[in-house]
Amino acid sequence: MDAIFYISAAVAILATFLMLTRMNAVHALLYLVVSLLAVALVFYTLGAPFVAVLEVIIYAGAIMVLFVFVVMMLNLGRQASLQECEWQRPGMWVGPAILAAILIAEVATVMMRGHTRIPEAAVVGPQAVSLSLFGPYLIGVELASMLLLGGLVGAYHLGRRTKEKRESQNNVVIGADAARSAPGGDLVHAGSDRTAGSA
Amino acid sequence: MFTLGLIGLLVRRNIIFILMSLEVMLNAAGLAFVVAGSRWGAPDGQIVFIFILAMAAAEVSVGLALVLQIYHRFKTLDADAASEMKG
Repeated sequence: MDAIFYISAAVAILATFLMLTRMNAVHALLYLVVSLLAVALVFYTLGAPFVAVLEVIIYAGAIMVLFVFVVMMLNLGRQASLQECEWQRPGMWVGPAILAAILIAEVATVMMRGHTRIPEAAVVGPQAVSLSLFGPYLIGVELASMLLLGGLVGAYHLGRRTKEKRESQNNVVIGADAARSAPGGDLVHAGSDRTAGSA
Repeated sequence: MFTLGLIGLLVRRNIIFILMSLEVMLNAAGLAFVVAGSRWGAPDGQIVFIFILAMAAAEVSVGLALVLQIYHRFKTLDADAASEMKG
């Protein structure tokens, strides 16, 4: 079990590092998915199977899919990859790498100075988690649902793209509803310009 | 992993990559929480990770909608393009 932990931890770090250095956005997203799956395996070896499954389903399965959708929708193409190559000069990495190395050294010293024994991984099953969620952490669940509602409304509102009304277009098209004018404008009402009579 | 995400956040200029590095950082923080919960044998670490997951989902949806808006206005994904405060 320890070998699985170390191997998957190494895979997670390697995949994250590879993700940072990719020029193509889709390649980087795939490496990020690999990193998330490796972290899910780490969760499983730590005795948290519920969270491991949640990570795979929600993080790698929904959030990353959302990323992939948006990247595909933006349709960046080869020109964007070349632009990334121009932006990423090797000298850019020196500053943040030094600062991050200082941070890693700090964390390492703190960990070395503390408990030296390897903590035993107690298996905390889904039942204990759910009992705790419905008990003391109920307020957190309600707040999280409100946050998700706010995120949903915000994303819907930000995802709309309303074009400026063109007067000539409204005069030419007889009887056309303004909300059904252009498919490329409003992302939400994109498919609603098909009326029942024009099949 | 957190520092890797931080490096990625600071170095890349493409907004999509910035958001991805943010996801890495959130995941690393969640990993720390779950490890702490497993060490003490309490379910609290996993619960906090579930909350982090929900928060990351909301943040990703709103962030990507903002990215779409920025791309629609500036026609580029450069984070430096949105450096003016004037609407």
